[in-house]
Amino acid sequence: MGLDIRTPIGLMFAVFGAILTSYGLLSDRAIYVRSLGINVNLVWGLTLLAFGAGMLLLGMRRRQSSKKSAAGSRAEPVSPGGRSRT
Amino acid sequence: MNLTAVDWLLMAVYFAFVLGIGLVLKRYVKSSSDFFLAGRSLPAWICGLAFLSANLGAQEVIGMAASGAKYGIATSHFYWIGAIPAMVFVGVFMMPFYYGSRARSVPEYLRLRFDEKTRGLNAISFAVMTVFSSGISMYAMAKLIQAMHILDVPFARLGVPTAWTFHFSILLSALIVLGYIFLGGLTSAIYNEVLQFFLIVAGFLPLVFLGLKNVGGWSGLKQQLPTAFTHSWQGMSSAHTNPFGVDAFGLVMGLGFVLSFGYWCTDFLVIQRAMAADSMGAARRTPLIAALPKMVFPLLVILPGMIAIALPNPAATTMNAGTGQMQVLNRGGKGLIPAKVDQITGAPKLDSNGKPILDYDLAIPNMLIHYFPTGILGLGLTALLASFMSGMAGNVTAFNTVWTYDIYQSYINPNAKDAHYLWMGRVATVFGIALSVAAAYAASRFNNIMDFLQLVFAFVNAPLFATFLLGMFWKRTTGHGAFFGLLSGTAAAAIHQGLTLPLGASVGIKGGWLGAVHTYPSEMAQNFWTAIWAWCVCFVVTILISLLTRAHEEKDLVGLVYSLTEKPSEEHLAWYLRPAVLGAIVIGMAVTLNLIFW
Repeated sequence: MGLDIRTPIGLMFAVFGAILTSYGLLSDRAIYVRSLGINVNLVWGLTLLAFGAGMLLLGMRRRQSSKKSAAGSRAEPVSPGGRSRT
Repeated sequence: MNLTAVDWLLMAVYFAFVLGIGLVLKRYVKSSSDFFLAGRSLPAWICGLAFLSANLGAQEVIGMAASGAKYGIATSHFYWIGAIPAMVFVGVFMMPFYYGSRARSVPEYLRLRFDEKTRGLNAISFAVMTVFSSGISMYAMAKLIQAMHILDVPFARLGVPTAWTFHFSILLSALIVLGYIFLGGLTSAIYNEVLQFFLIVAGFLPLVFLGLKNVGGWSGLKQQLPTAFTHSWQGMSSAHTNPFGVDAFGLVMGLGFVLSFGYWCTDFLVIQRAMAADSMGAARRTPLIAALPKMVFPLLVILPGMIAIALPNPAATTMNAGTGQMQVLNRGGKGLIPAKVDQITGAPKLDSNGKPILDYDLAIPNMLIHYFPTGILGLGLTALLASFMSGMAGNVTAFNTVWTYDIYQSYINPNAKDAHYLWMGRVATVFGIALSVAAAYAASRFNNIMDFLQLVFAFVNAPLFATFLLGMFWKRTTGHGAFFGLLSGTAAAAIHQGLTLPLGASVGIKGGWLGAVHTYPSEMAQNFWTAIWAWCVCFVVTILISLLTRAHEEKDLVGLVYSLTEKPSEEHLAWYLRPAVLGAIVIGMAVTLNLIFW
C-alpha cells in the first residue's frame, strides 16, 4: 500500500502535541484546578509531540529502507514495533 | 459545557486527517478486492489494531465504564475470560480456514463449507444486523452530544435552535464515515481505525492518571469501594453472592465460551480485518496482536467508571451551557454518577426499594468534564467521537462487502465485471449509511423496537459458534445439518427467553411471554443461559441431522476442514511470529491478570 499509516498518525499527533503544548504554555494557571493543579495540556502535549515524532521517524525509516531494497522485491513488513503505546 | 477555540481546533484537525486519509487512499482503489479486502496487503500490526478498534465502538467505551461503575473490576471478565481466549482461538485454530479458503467473507466461507442456504441465512441476518448496529451507534452518539451540551454554545451563537443538535450530530457523523469509506474502502476504514485506537488511548490515559492520583492510587480506590468491586472472582461460586447474579459456570460457559467465541470467531465485522492481512501468518497474528492491548483496556475503560463512583458525594459538576457557571447536579447521585431524573417533575427517579436509579452511562462523559480543562478536554471529546465512528465504520464496511459479494453478486447479478462490483460497493456504502440513519431515527422514535431487535440479534448469534466449530473440525457436518441446526438454536434461544424472567422484571420484552417457569437473579444470568441453551441445541441438532444426511465429498472440503487441510508451516518464522507461541503468551498474561485481581 502506497501510504505508510505511521506518517499520518505521526503527523496528527505531532499537530495535537504542538497545539496542546503551546496552549499549555499560554493558558491561565487557574484552569488547572480541575486537573489537580497539573498543567495537563503542557505535560500531555509534550508526550504526544514525542509520540508523533517517533511515529514519523519510523515511517520515514521505512520509506528509505524500502527505497534501498530494489523496487519490486516484496519486503517482509517491519516487525510490529508500532504497537507501542503512549 | 463551555468549549473554547482550542478544543474545536483539535476536533477539526482530527476530522481533517480522517477525511484526508480517505482522499489519499482513493487512488490505490482499483479493483473490488482493493475496496472490500484492502487488496489483502496489510501487515499484521495494522490489521490487529483495526481488529480491536472496530469493536471499540460506543457500547464498548461508554458501556464498559458504566459497568465498571455498577459492578467494579468484575467487568473485566468481559475481557479476561471473554474476549481474550476467543481471540487466541480464532487466530491459532480458525484463521487457517478463513484465510486459507480464500473466501472473501464469513458467509462465503459458509457457502464453500456447507451450502447456499446456510450462506444466505447468515448473509441476510448479518447485513440487517450491521445496519441496525451502526444506526444505534449513531443514535447513541447524537444523544450523548445532546446530553453533554457540546453544541449548545456554538448553536446559540449562530442562532440555530438547540433542538437541531440531534439532527446535526447524526448528519455530520454519517457524512464523515460515508466520506472516508466511499473514497478508500476497507483500507481507509482500517487506517482510520488504527488512528482512532491511538487517539482513544491518548484521550483516556490522562483521565485515568488524574483520576487515580485523585483517589490515592489503586490502594486508595480500594478503600473507597466495597471489596466486591476490586476483586473480580469474589463471590462467583454462587449466583446469589456477586453483583452479576451469575455463578462461575454460567459465566465461563455463557460469556467465556458461547457469547465471546460466537462474536470474536464468527463475526465478519472483526474477521474482515484479519482477512485484509498480507499473508497467512499475518492473518493469524491479527487477533493475537489485538489481544495484547485488549488485555489492558480494562484499565482504560473500566477504571474511570470505578473512579467516578468512588469519588466523595456529591461531586458531579457540570458547566451550565448558557452561563458558563459551575452547577452541582448530583441530587441523589453517587460520586460523579448522577441519578436519572424524571423529565416532568425534575426529581430523581427511584427504584422499587426507594433508591435513586443511577445513570451509569454518564460515567465517562462526567469524568471528562470533571478532570479535563479546556485544551485536553477537546482531545478527550475527540477520542469519544472517534470511538463512536470506528464502531459505525466497522459495521458499514462489513455491510457493503456482505451486500455486494454475498447478496448482490450471488442472487441478483452474478456475471458482471469487477468494476461493476466496485461501483456497487460504493453505492452500498451510501445506502447502508442511509439505512443506518433511518435506524437511528427509528431508535429515537420507538425505543422498544430497538430493544426487541437487539433481542432477536442475540437469538440469531447465540448458536453460530456451534455451527462453525462443527464445520471446521468435524468433516461429517453437512449443509442441511448446519442450516437446521442454526434455525433450531435460534428457536431454542427464543423459547428459553420466553420461559424465564430476571428477578423483579415484568413479563414482556424481558422474557416470560410463554409463561415464566424459572427466575434468574439478574438479566445477565438470563442472557448467558439463553446463549448456552441455544448453543447446545444447535450443536446437538447439527450433529443429528448431519448423520442423517449425505456427507460432502472429502475432496470438496480440502482447505475448509481441519482434518483435511495441511497445517500452515511455521518453521520459517521467528519464534515471536508463530501464532501458537504468541497465543500461549497471551493466555499466560490473561491468567496472570485474573490472579492479580482475584
